[in-house]
Amino acid sequence: MSMTTILQHCLTGISLGGAYALIAIGYTLVYGILRLINFAHGDIFMMAGYFMIFALASFPWPVAIIITLVVTTVMGIGIERFAYKPLRNAPRMSIMISAIGVSYLLQNLSTYLFTAIPRGYPELPYLKKIYQIGELSASFVTILTPILTIVLVFVLMILVNKTKTGMAMRATSKDFETAKLMGININRVVSVTFAIGSLLAGIGSILYFTDRMSVTPFSGTLPGLKCFVAAVFGGIGNIPGAVVGGFFIGIVETLLVALGYSTFSDAFTFLLLIIMLLVKPTGLFGEKNVEKV
Amino acid sequence: MSTILLKTEHVTMQFGGVVAVDDLNIEIPEGKITALIGPNGAGKTTAFNVITGGYQATNGRVTFDGHVIGENYPRSKMKKIYNGTYKTLNEHQVINTPDKITRLGMARTFQNIRLFKDLTVFENVLIAMHGHIKAGMLRSTFKLNKEEELMMNQEADKLLHSVNLHMHRDEKSSSLPYGMQRKLEIARALATGPKLLLLDEPAAGMNPKETEELALFIQEIKETFSLTVFLIEHHMDLVMDISDKIYVLDYGKTIALGTANEVQNDPAVIRAYLGVEEA
Amino acid sequence: MRIKRNTLLTTTVFALLVVFLYWLSANRMQNGMLVSVLQKGVIFALVAVSMNLLNGFTGLFSLGQAGFMSIGAYTTAILIIPVKSLDGVYYMNGVHPGIRALKMVVADSPAFVQSIFPFVALLLGGLLAAGIAAIVGVAVLRLKSDYLAIATLGLSEIVRAIFSSPQFDQITNGSYGLNKIPTFPEMAWGLIPSLLTPFIVVGFCVVFILLLINSSYGRAFKAIREDEIAAEAMGINLYKHKSMSFVVSSFFSAVAGGLLAMYMRSIEAKTFSITMTYDILLIVVIGGIGSVTGSILSAFLVTIAKEWWLRFFDQPLFFGGWQVPLFRTGFRMVIFSILLMVVVLIYRKGLMGSTEFSWDRLIGRFRRTKNSEGGAA
Repeated sequence: MSMTTILQHCLTGISLGGAYALIAIGYTLVYGILRLINFAHGDIFMMAGYFMIFALASFPWPVAIIITLVVTTVMGIGIERFAYKPLRNAPRMSIMISAIGVSYLLQNLSTYLFTAIPRGYPELPYLKKIYQIGELSASFVTILTPILTIVLVFVLMILVNKTKTGMAMRATSKDFETAKLMGININRVVSVTFAIGSLLAGIGSILYFTDRMSVTPFSGTLPGLKCFVAAVFGGIGNIPGAVVGGFFIGIVETLLVALGYSTFSDAFTFLLLIIMLLVKPTGLFGEKNVEKV
Repeated sequence: MSTILLKTEHVTMQFGGVVAVDDLNIEIPEGKITALIGPNGAGKTTAFNVITGGYQATNGRVTFDGHVIGENYPRSKMKKIYNGTYKTLNEHQVINTPDKITRLGMARTFQNIRLFKDLTVFENVLIAMHGHIKAGMLRSTFKLNKEEELMMNQEADKLLHSVNLHMHRDEKSSSLPYGMQRKLEIARALATGPKLLLLDEPAAGMNPKETEELALFIQEIKETFSLTVFLIEHHMDLVMDISDKIYVLDYGKTIALGTANEVQNDPAVIRAYLGVEEA
Repeated sequence: MRIKRNTLLTTTVFALLVVFLYWLSANRMQNGMLVSVLQKGVIFALVAVSMNLLNGFTGLFSLGQAGFMSIGAYTTAILIIPVKSLDGVYYMNGVHPGIRALKMVVADSPAFVQSIFPFVALLLGGLLAAGIAAIVGVAVLRLKSDYLAIATLGLSEIVRAIFSSPQFDQITNGSYGLNKIPTFPEMAWGLIPSLLTPFIVVGFCVVFILLLINSSYGRAFKAIREDEIAAEAMGINLYKHKSMSFVVSSFFSAVAGGLLAMYMRSIEAKTFSITMTYDILLIVVIGGIGSVTGSILSAFLVTIAKEWWLRFFDQPLFFGGWQVPLFRTGFRMVIFSILLMVVVLIYRKGLMGSTEFSWDRLIGRFRRTKNSEGGAA
């Protein structure tokens, strides 16, 4: 493989990684606060893909993007209210099952509404424009994705570290019960968390599907799980960690496909997860947690 | 002179920058009731968890009934506190999981009752005997160990009789009143066949009358099961009544040691409990 | 007296079931659908019970069922595909010479060996899965609740990737999958027709699991579910018991996978995706987490409803000239998802909660309804 090909694949990998990073943040935020793997997150991402298809059918693209993001965010908040909030005091297993149930529901609902046949993702001409950098060629979206990801993460970090809501989020993730006793409006914090997570998943979805060109009701499952792995890899609850994890998995996956091991590219992610959990369960940047007896 | 059943040497437990237990040296004589007291947050429960294998000590050694059940002699940092017996080695660790320590003959109760809530009183006691089961999974599944099962059932019944819980045998353990749950937890610990019984704040949440009954109960089971008892208490009354030997812990350090009378009059203890009077 | 009555009732019900199955076997042509859903139901009953052993009785939230099923399904299928069909199945990449040689040996062996060979294949599939579970258990069972869930789910995906990878084409036939798998074998020299075979195999497996749950080891599993720390403090070796439960559960999932291969006659790696694990979880949740009879009941109900009774949701429905809206392909699964959410959010106990079926309760309930009716009159 020539240097150019390798670089070309790296570029694709970075772009994929950027989209993964945006989704992984949603997992990491929710897990940080509710200690829940939001199995439905990947499906929210998939639904955002469909929203975009339909919004773009009747609106110009800037409006369509806004509609997509708003609807996705509202859906994320709605799912939390409807499926997770009633189970907040139930055993951990019930809320996980509920998350799986929501995922199952969204998949079946979208199969019903949109059929299982892949639907073409509309092309935004601006995003698909090809640029030549030396011998490398890349569409605008490939270049935009990592940049946008970094910018969004930066904004998010400011939000989490500098604002009052961010402080409430950090407090809640440190100790749910105490935060509640300290008068933090837990429901609001959880809603904000889901809103941010879903919004980022919506943005990630636009970037991801523009490169992949079609959406099916199941196209959220695997990326979803991979992004969770990315979040664990970086240290769950840690935003920069999730971003690093997302980029890492995106790049390695692309390279594996390039080397002809495409069947193993999914398996690799999970192998990485298992190895990570065994070697350093707290992830790359996670904090150590001592369980109280 | 009685022998020493449990001994900790220089046990230290550090969580990040917090030293929860600092150089703890205790000796628990066989057949006696020993208590570890101290104000809230003094490190009593942490000490318990180190002894029972829940935590691995950052440093130090625990010996029980002739076995070294936990030892950590790390490289440099804490060498000055504990030099270890294996001086030639740079590093030496003995780690045992709680279940193994229990099978060696040390059973415990918990500060916040930890019964198997959804299971019956009888099952709670039976489970505690499972650690010593001889039959393997297949033999047990196909009921080829009839005698063993029968013996376990009889033992459990006998135990429930001896602690007066047999009339609640088939009730869910979570449906018992608080005091009985405490008793059941002790019975369950006894079912593991211990030589040493560790009680973590057995009188927590009890009124004076219940506490008095508990004191009698502890002395009673100590005699019937020929136990050594080591208890943590936060209330002085219970401890003073029944303990033969008392250790007082504050901020992770042992500040006093002796009989009830000696400890009660120790100025350091009074200071720890009542605070220093500002002049 | 009461015990005698219950034994009598149970025996009668089982005898009636056997008679019914024999009748069904004689008239299977007219009852194709019924046979099909009952067989599928019983296979899923076994997976559901084995998942329940892990999730409901040991408190280990594992999502690796589909992976272990696929190990059983592939092992069984590879072993029992007849030698004459091999070239047809592996038409793309050819078959591994070792497999062909093995099949020649089996084909030349005495009739008795051949008649029990499918069962040996099921057993081998189970043992392979159990072995793999024992090995990976060393790693994954150290993980806590949701990490375990995602790790086992990942494991199942890894298995799937291996089965569909081109590197194993000559064994698993890669992404083409395996077909021409013989159906269920007869038992006892034809005395038991092939239709009954899955019921009998599953029956034995479920009885084993029930006995295990009621043994001292089963109690230890429940203790771990209730409170790991207390269980460990009571002398129960957490790792050993979790691993036991994981291995046993994987063994039976794989046996069910083998049966499923015989039932479907053709398998591919895609069959055993995450969705299958979710389907099984749905059965367990609806039946009641921690109830074996609940899982069995739910497996039949869900399968029959999904494959048969509720088919009409997927067809356009007309009332006179008016077409009822919503009824079209996919609606059935939406109804199912909603049903699952209702169970998860409102009827959290499912059909049976964590209790088991008993005649006393059934009769008690029956009497109560009767009495209250009498009182109202």
